[in-house]
Amino acid sequence: MARPMQVSRYWRHFREKYRLIGGKCENGHVFFPYRQVCPVCGSKNVEEYEFSGKGKVLTWTIVRNPPSGFEYYKPYPLALVQLEEGPVVLAQLTDVDPEEIHEGMEVEVVTRKVREFEEDGIILYGYKFRPVLR
Amino acid sequence: MRKAVIIGAGMTPVGEHWKLSLRDLAVEALLKAMEDAGVDKVDSLYVGNMVSGPFVEQENLGALIADWAGLGNIPAVKIEAACASGGAAVQEGVKAVLSGLEDVVAVVGVEKMTDAWPSDATRYLAYAADAEWELFHGASFVALNALIMRHYMKTYGYTEEDLALFAVNAHANGAKNPYAMFKRPIKVETVLKSPYIADPLKLFDASPVCDGAAAVIITTPEKAEELGVPKEKWVEVAGMARAIDTINLANREDLLTLKAAKIAAEKAYKMAGVEPKDIDFFEVHDAFTVMAALSLEALGVAKKGEGAKLAREGQIAIDADYPIQTMGGLKARGHPVGATGVYQTVEAVLQLRGEAPNQVPDAEVGLTQNIGGTGSNITVSIFRRV
Repeated sequence: MARPMQVSRYWRHFREKYRLIGGKCENGHVFFPYRQVCPVCGSKNVEEYEFSGKGKVLTWTIVRNPPSGFEYYKPYPLALVQLEEGPVVLAQLTDVDPEEIHEGMEVEVVTRKVREFEEDGIILYGYKFRPVLR
Repeated sequence: MRKAVIIGAGMTPVGEHWKLSLRDLAVEALLKAMEDAGVDKVDSLYVGNMVSGPFVEQENLGALIADWAGLGNIPAVKIEAACASGGAAVQEGVKAVLSGLEDVVAVVGVEKMTDAWPSDATRYLAYAADAEWELFHGASFVALNALIMRHYMKTYGYTEEDLALFAVNAHANGAKNPYAMFKRPIKVETVLKSPYIADPLKLFDASPVCDGAAAVIITTPEKAEELGVPKEKWVEVAGMARAIDTINLANREDLLTLKAAKIAAEKAYKMAGVEPKDIDFFEVHDAFTVMAALSLEALGVAKKGEGAKLAREGQIAIDADYPIQTMGGLKARGHPVGATGVYQTVEAVLQLRGEAPNQVPDAEVGLTQNIGGTGSNITVSIFRRV
């Protein structure tokens, strides 16, 4: 698998991928990831907004035939997580037995390795969600 | 306003074409369509293709295919709208004719997918998703559809068996299509016993990785007459539209509504002056079984949440009220992604000419719906017998 072209492609998303920072428009709509125009009302007056990282599993799957570059991790669970602030985020689930995953399961964000590129390549980190620790 | 008619159609069988390249397939389909129309030159060429760059290291398909098909120094471009590239290319061709800028237009859809390793193919197909926010996390295209499938089943109380009925119907129809990749009927058990690719989505819920090309020739009725094309061959493009939705599945307003299809369908129905009940057959985009169900709902054939019920009630077979996938659909005919929308068009043309191997009796109006992404870019076209 080819190496990523530029490290910059990944570090420009550090805020989103490490701290779950999205956007909030002047009318109070929050969304993830950050973008210049509010997807709800079209306002261009948008500021950064950090999500709590708490949410619930909306739907999930187990990826058994991954895209190249992810073979090493298979099978892995992938889910749409609805954050407590409303927006939905796609991410892998981690630290969980696939048998235990269910819709509505309470999860929280953690930072994990998402992928690595060969011996001399970069390592990508980002958000994943795990069942809430009690 | 000018009218557009399709006067020629051609295709290659869909399959694993080890001996043929992308250009071989495209040229073959194109020449067949031109021969069918009885034309030896066209004013322009539109090529529907999704990912030729990664798959075969070839872009600039307009020049490549026009050159190799001997079409001369005409304008020729590639049209890309993910898996809806073919449907979009047909619509761009029709627009060129309707605008009056071009009189005879060729459209070819082509995709060569089997030259890549399977996991690379999985990656390239995921380029239709959001690279930074979906593919980054290891989402395959199948996985994204599996998320929708589970949510659909959970929300409306359907089982894997219910959705399998769409695959069974597609294979039953594909069995009669000599151009289909899978010419074998299957049972519900075949689907249920197939391995999970992304739970609850199984191998037989999904369309195959394959190669193929299909082509049509579009012109005006006046020009068709001038060219001496017999009227039995004409098929009118009665209505067409397309729309987009969020590229990222997570950003959808409603995971279970193909909003882009709904908007496009409403416009296309209006343009053609028809309602869903007037349509004699539907070639919907069943890349995954759940997509067939959601498509029927978006097209107004079934109420929201009742798409899969139509399959359960036997309403989607050739001799039922709403025949779908009359030549096998993406599931059995095969889904060479950027070519699929053109295959659907060719199949609609054959149905409306009464030349289909699996003929819908007295078909007068047909609809094709081509989905790009997980519902992010959708085309709807309505065709009518002249």
